[in-house]
Amino acid sequence: MTAVPLWVRLPARERVGWLRTVDHKAIGVLYIGMGVAFFAIGGLEALLLRAQLATPEERLLDPETFNQAFTVHGVTMILLAVVPLLVGFANYLVPLMIGAPDVAFPRLNALSFWLSLVGGIVLYFSFLAGGAPDTGWFSYAPLSERAFAPGTGVDYYILGLAVNGAGTIIGAINLAVTILLMRCPGMAISRVPLFVWMTLVTSVLILGAYPALTAALVMLLVDRQLGGHFFDPAGGGQAVLWQHLFWFFGHPEVYIMVLPAMGMISEVIPVFSRKPIFGYGFVAGSSVAIAFLSFGVWAHHMFAVGLGDTENAIFSATSMLIAIPTGVKIFNWIATMVGGRLRMTTAMLFAVGFVAMFVIGGLSGVSLAVVPIDLAVTDSYYVVAHLHYVLFGGTMLGIFAGTYYWFPKMTGRLLNEVLGRWHFWMTFVGFNLTFLPQHWLGAVGMPRRVFTYAASTGWGPLNLLSTIGAAILAIAMVIFFVNLVRSLRSGEIAGDDPWDAFTLEWATTSPPPPENFASIPAVTGRRPLWDRKHPELRDAP
Amino acid sequence: MIAVRPAIGINRTLLGVAIFIASESIFFLAIVLAYVAYRDAGLATAKATLDIGRTAVFSVALFGSSGTMALAARAESGRWLAATIVLGAIFLTGQGSEYARLLGEGIGPGSALFGTTFFTLTGLHGLHVLAGLVALGALVAANRRRRRAVHPVAWEAVGMYWHFVDAVWVVVFSVVYLGTLL
Repeated sequence: MTAVPLWVRLPARERVGWLRTVDHKAIGVLYIGMGVAFFAIGGLEALLLRAQLATPEERLLDPETFNQAFTVHGVTMILLAVVPLLVGFANYLVPLMIGAPDVAFPRLNALSFWLSLVGGIVLYFSFLAGGAPDTGWFSYAPLSERAFAPGTGVDYYILGLAVNGAGTIIGAINLAVTILLMRCPGMAISRVPLFVWMTLVTSVLILGAYPALTAALVMLLVDRQLGGHFFDPAGGGQAVLWQHLFWFFGHPEVYIMVLPAMGMISEVIPVFSRKPIFGYGFVAGSSVAIAFLSFGVWAHHMFAVGLGDTENAIFSATSMLIAIPTGVKIFNWIATMVGGRLRMTTAMLFAVGFVAMFVIGGLSGVSLAVVPIDLAVTDSYYVVAHLHYVLFGGTMLGIFAGTYYWFPKMTGRLLNEVLGRWHFWMTFVGFNLTFLPQHWLGAVGMPRRVFTYAASTGWGPLNLLSTIGAAILAIAMVIFFVNLVRSLRSGEIAGDDPWDAFTLEWATTSPPPPENFASIPAVTGRRPLWDRKHPELRDAP
Repeated sequence: MIAVRPAIGINRTLLGVAIFIASESIFFLAIVLAYVAYRDAGLATAKATLDIGRTAVFSVALFGSSGTMALAARAESGRWLAATIVLGAIFLTGQGSEYARLLGEGIGPGSALFGTTFFTLTGLHGLHVLAGLVALGALVAANRRRRRAVHPVAWEAVGMYWHFVDAVWVVVFSVVYLGTLL
């Protein structure tokens, strides 16, 4: 076999195939491509921030540029990198995992992707149109009102996020309907792979959370463009309304970014432990619990606003409750590994890394749910450290695990394991070097979103350490990109089922044909492919 | 002939529309909550300027259009569909005249908190009515050109959305207009 068709089989002579495709696999790859591109851009912005903060009184960036850089870094990573990456994997994998030929609405699927991408482009167009938004990714009012942000940056933020959000909402409808109505015979909802479960729960979160953001954005647009007063205290409005609406979206958004990554490692860990997942029902059920609770915790982002002790106590309690279903999952993954025949592939390394790093991020999250601690460290680097342990140490490591695991299915070629190990260990070291010191910086009072600091603060050495970590992290990412490109061209041929895996996506060719399956194995349990390969060891139905 | 009625539980399109409507409900809930949060600040203006009687008449047109829509979907009737469009257009015309009057009195989205919340809430609803009219128009056109090609689900799906837009107005009319009577 010489020429393995890469990614997806598009008709050879179709030049505009990528522009007009409605195949869920091609659209999944487009989403992933968008995510990778924006991840690189957001990463470069992060490097600029770290370079500026490396030493006291640094003047690499001026304050205005610094504000734009951290704003766009946050929006990019959250909405244009992580969400598209996760939605891309879901798009590619969900129909394969449930034995469906495509998603429920293929054309709508294409619309979702293009809306998401256009939203990102609109946001970045602001750089050409007189300056990017500089009000932080959560764009608090009244700072984001016309009086204090007179440029067009915030307007592009509003339009970009609204269009991007519309795409994400449509995509969530599509995935939810696909999972609910398009499972192949025998694939009961209690048998779908956990990644599918996480995608379903995530879709529900998107459908509940994103409309609140859209509503807030419309109100902000009315304020800015029509002279409205929603968030304008001088006109009788309340700035805190923006915070309520934004965080009603913003906190579920965290789980929108974490649950699918949890779904990924819930596929990876069992396969490389040679055991079924421990407590399938608890992993799925605890996600439903997380989703339910996540709509009742938003004001823990607002402890410092002064809502009152009763409100703070309630939101503190609900926030701590979330640690329970999350902790359940941690034990599920550990128990899956216990007594298993572990194969420490790169995918498995990243999955185990996820568990370890996410525990740290989760624990610092619980500490922030304690109101007095939050009041002491709010808006400090402690919060920056916490959220990066969740979103990089958690989500991104999960996405890397998923990438090493499913790249062979998508391309027909394996990623290089030697480069993969370098990628993992450099990431692991670089990440911890970058963000672990930030806990201390926050605890001793370094506020986030300051463009520089005086030498007398004594924050210099830890900041330098953090920046060195960021540089190592950057090298790790370069290794990853090299691995992607090299393996795409000349990686080892994978075959249909390189990991001796359990689930249906490995029952078809790599990459799968346009119709996904020539024939679907009879599904009588949670590991249909395993049952077919090892009938004597099949799971009890 | 009465077609076999597709069920939300097994039909992709209808389930998709139902989920979309659920998501839209949260969007409107946020806007309505903002209106309610600022209600006290604008109540005096609302009492002095809103025309409940006239708007009630136009509202009846929109409420009635849900009935004609149901008849249209049941019989796959282009005529009832046309009646739905007319009633929807009457409602929008009424809203337009209310807007013109208020703007003439100097009340706009930028004038004070009442104007901001009133125009945002009713304007977003109006845009949804307009979108519904476009969908109805497309269904009329498709139905006239190639009647056999129009799937029964299309009638149901457009109908669901139209009923939703109507239901939102029940809430908006109650909160904004009937609320001035309290």
